[in-house]
Amino acid sequence: MSDATETSGPMLAADGRPLKASLNRALRRQKLRALMLIAPLLIFILVAFIAPIADMLFRSVENRIVEETLPRTVAAMDDWDADAEPTPGEEVYFALFRDLFVASEKKIHTRLGSRLNYETTGISSLFRQTGRDVEDIAEIYEDQFDDLNENWTEEVFWAELMGDPDWFAEASTTEDGTGPDFVMKEGMEDRLPMTAEAYRTFAEFTQVEDEDNPVGENVWPLVHAMLYHDLTGNAAVDGYTGFGSEELQAAKEAAADFEGVDYKQTFLDIDEDWGDPTILGTIKVYSPTYTPGYFLTAVDLQLNPEGVEAQDEDQAIYIKLFWRTVWMSLTITFATIVLGYPVAYLLSSLPMRVSSLLMILVLLPFWTSLLVRTSAWKVLLQQQGVINDLLVWSGLINEAGRLVMINNQLGTIIAMTHILLPFMILPLYSVMATIPPSFVRAAKSLGATNWVAFWRVYFPQSVPGIGAGSILVFILAIGYYITPALVGGTSGIFISNRIAYHISSSLNWGLAAALGTILLAAVLILYWAYDRIVGIDNVKLG
Amino acid sequence: MTDASADNELIVDTGRPPMWGFTVPMIALLGGFFGFLTGNTSDYGLIGFLIGLVYGGAVGFILNSLVPNRTAGRWALIVITAVVGFLLARWGGLVAGAIVGAVVSWAAYWIGRGHYRDGVPIYATGGQTLWHNTYLFICGVIFFFLIAPILTIIPLSFNAENFFTFTPEMLSLDPEGYSLKHYRDFFNTDDWQSAMWNSLKIAPMATVLAVGFGTLAAIGLSQPHVPFRQTIMAILISPMIVPLIISAAGMYFFYSRVGLQGTYLGVVLAHAALGIPFVIITVTATLVGFDRSLTRASANLGADPVTTFLRIQMPLILPGVISGGLFAFITSFDEVVVVLFVGSAQQKTLPWQMFIGLREQISPTILAVATILVAISIALLTTVELLRRRSERLRGLAPS
Repeated sequence: MSDATETSGPMLAADGRPLKASLNRALRRQKLRALMLIAPLLIFILVAFIAPIADMLFRSVENRIVEETLPRTVAAMDDWDADAEPTPGEEVYFALFRDLFVASEKKIHTRLGSRLNYETTGISSLFRQTGRDVEDIAEIYEDQFDDLNENWTEEVFWAELMGDPDWFAEASTTEDGTGPDFVMKEGMEDRLPMTAEAYRTFAEFTQVEDEDNPVGENVWPLVHAMLYHDLTGNAAVDGYTGFGSEELQAAKEAAADFEGVDYKQTFLDIDEDWGDPTILGTIKVYSPTYTPGYFLTAVDLQLNPEGVEAQDEDQAIYIKLFWRTVWMSLTITFATIVLGYPVAYLLSSLPMRVSSLLMILVLLPFWTSLLVRTSAWKVLLQQQGVINDLLVWSGLINEAGRLVMINNQLGTIIAMTHILLPFMILPLYSVMATIPPSFVRAAKSLGATNWVAFWRVYFPQSVPGIGAGSILVFILAIGYYITPALVGGTSGIFISNRIAYHISSSLNWGLAAALGTILLAAVLILYWAYDRIVGIDNVKLG
Repeated sequence: MTDASADNELIVDTGRPPMWGFTVPMIALLGGFFGFLTGNTSDYGLIGFLIGLVYGGAVGFILNSLVPNRTAGRWALIVITAVVGFLLARWGGLVAGAIVGAVVSWAAYWIGRGHYRDGVPIYATGGQTLWHNTYLFICGVIFFFLIAPILTIIPLSFNAENFFTFTPEMLSLDPEGYSLKHYRDFFNTDDWQSAMWNSLKIAPMATVLAVGFGTLAAIGLSQPHVPFRQTIMAILISPMIVPLIISAAGMYFFYSRVGLQGTYLGVVLAHAALGIPFVIITVTATLVGFDRSLTRASANLGADPVTTFLRIQMPLILPGVISGGLFAFITSFDEVVVVLFVGSAQQKTLPWQMFIGLREQISPTILAVATILVAISIALLTTVELLRRRSERLRGLAPS
């Protein structure tokens, strides 16, 4: 309506508003309605699918376990410079003793051990063994306090000493269950800081994990060790007049003569590996909350105390596996082009009635379960399978010369080419069906031979179909898991199989996530290319 | 343009290749090939080849010059060769002989009457004709490659033995060689039955979720003004593009965090997410040609939006919705990677059980299950094809 713009003043709608505003409002309403329809699904996909993918990306760098299990050691190691001194000082081993004691009570030190074992072998057994021995270290103190006054091994005495009077009154009368949540006595954290911290950890662990009452449970020997260090240090017990003040005073005087522990030496006695800069260096290098370590492992590098270096040759398998995945996927893509092109050409050149019949031969495999097709190939390709039997029966090969066509790369390539062939034929066909036959006829009438007419006129027009089909087949192929797992043996497996192995067998989830992230990145780049070439909207099914 | 067939008297002569220079040697070679294969089974390949040559040459000459009635000629040869086969190797020989007879007699008339030039222009050179037929032959081999593996397992599933190959009894068509025991296994084993019921419990729920959310979103996406349409579409299609192992890994990590790992609900949610792209694609495709004036006309006649949707829009997009639903169903029903990780033993589905069966205790029951699944696929494929045609007819597009 060109005359609308020529009137003076804004054009008004029927209800008296300016037409522009009215139209904008209608447009906004339309947009809102469309978004309301999409929103439930979008939220569903974000929660059920995108969030898991994001979780995987997060796990590929997440590394909180070291910091959570050995918080004090990580802090103490900050000052340690491996270049200046091969082994850290006493304070690191002291922190390690406190962390490991708590961790082994919670039984999480083995988990950390297996986590660090991915980086340096031997750490797992070192942690397991040391976890048993730290208890003995702490008991040295427990025994000395016990000799001084038996109250020091009485759990009720400890509870009354450390706990808030109101909490103790309630907890000591609770018969069953965990009792009320532990409350520290006021001022205890200033007087005996390390003891209070150790006792709080003990009390909370007893209540939350063991579901017991701290008043009725043996106090960890760690608490005695901390008491010794508090008393020989600068504990301010002089001004304390509450419950147990006499015992504390007596203990403070006696503690000066107690036998102490040289933590560094004790750890070295447990296992000389504790003096190995590689072991402690590994802990230090992997102490940050986020680590590039999994990604480095995924590309056959390793993060050492000395920096990033190449993985040992016998453990460098991932680059090789990635390349194998890529070149086998390329081979499969190429095979599907070679097999799919003639068929798609035939289908597009035949009359509709015949071609829709032949199309069924393409669509039936497409609709048939992946496992059915994989099992069919397993049956056909086995050494005692149908193809070998047929060859032996016809006398082309003899009984001893049965071909090995399965549990190797050949098996994977044959089976996957068959499985992915329809994904090549269908896009090729949809492109070829739109190429007008008159172009080729025109070329021939201008003197082109059959070959020239095909190669210079027909083929270039079918290239978009090849592109679309190739990207589709390649994307599907590099992520395949089931078929390589069943017919690939050891030499025909893909990176996906390794990811599955790390999730379910070796439990190295971080590495699985890193491998998955790399694979995902490759696929997303191809997806983007597919979108540019074909458009996501143009994906057709059947 | 195409070459004349025998009933066109004017150019009938140009269609027939020379008898002794072409037809007889070609058929003789074909006969020799079959003879070699037959002879080779008992280590007399060369003798078989020679006998085959004579057989083929004779057939080529006799059928083309003495038996003008094609049907009669072909049946006669099939019967004769089958009888010879029966005498040599009983029932299996009978079938093999009939097949050889059918192929050789077809080839004899095809070559002898010049039908091999049917597909090429009359001016095509010999080389071009040869190329054209080779091309057709290659296509035939590729179709065979596509379909044969699936067809092979069907007879094997009736094997009476626990073998994965054809037993001699089966080849000689001995009824003793066939049985339904693997099917009985399937229906009487708890593992398989519970797997089947799990599949039947998970797939429909996942389908309902996928179709419900997916159809609404597809209608939303086909509105004329949708902000961030490309981005939304990319997110919604992503479950189809992301490799299954990555989806499985992510879902395993995330669902363990929120307590869905190893639950029925977790598997259903995961499968619904995987099926949604298919619903979006098929429903959007039916909405592409949707005529908006229909909804306007309906509103003009006084229908409220809900009535318009139910009485006008829904019937038109229903075929797309149903085929999207079937895609979602088959996605969930065939899915094994995600359920392996997200599910626990209580959610073991049919494909999972097959996967275990193929990897560990390899048992021919798998072939019986596979045959049943092929039958289901054929049923689904037929339904989807019929629905697609119906949808195109409804929307006034030419059926294709």
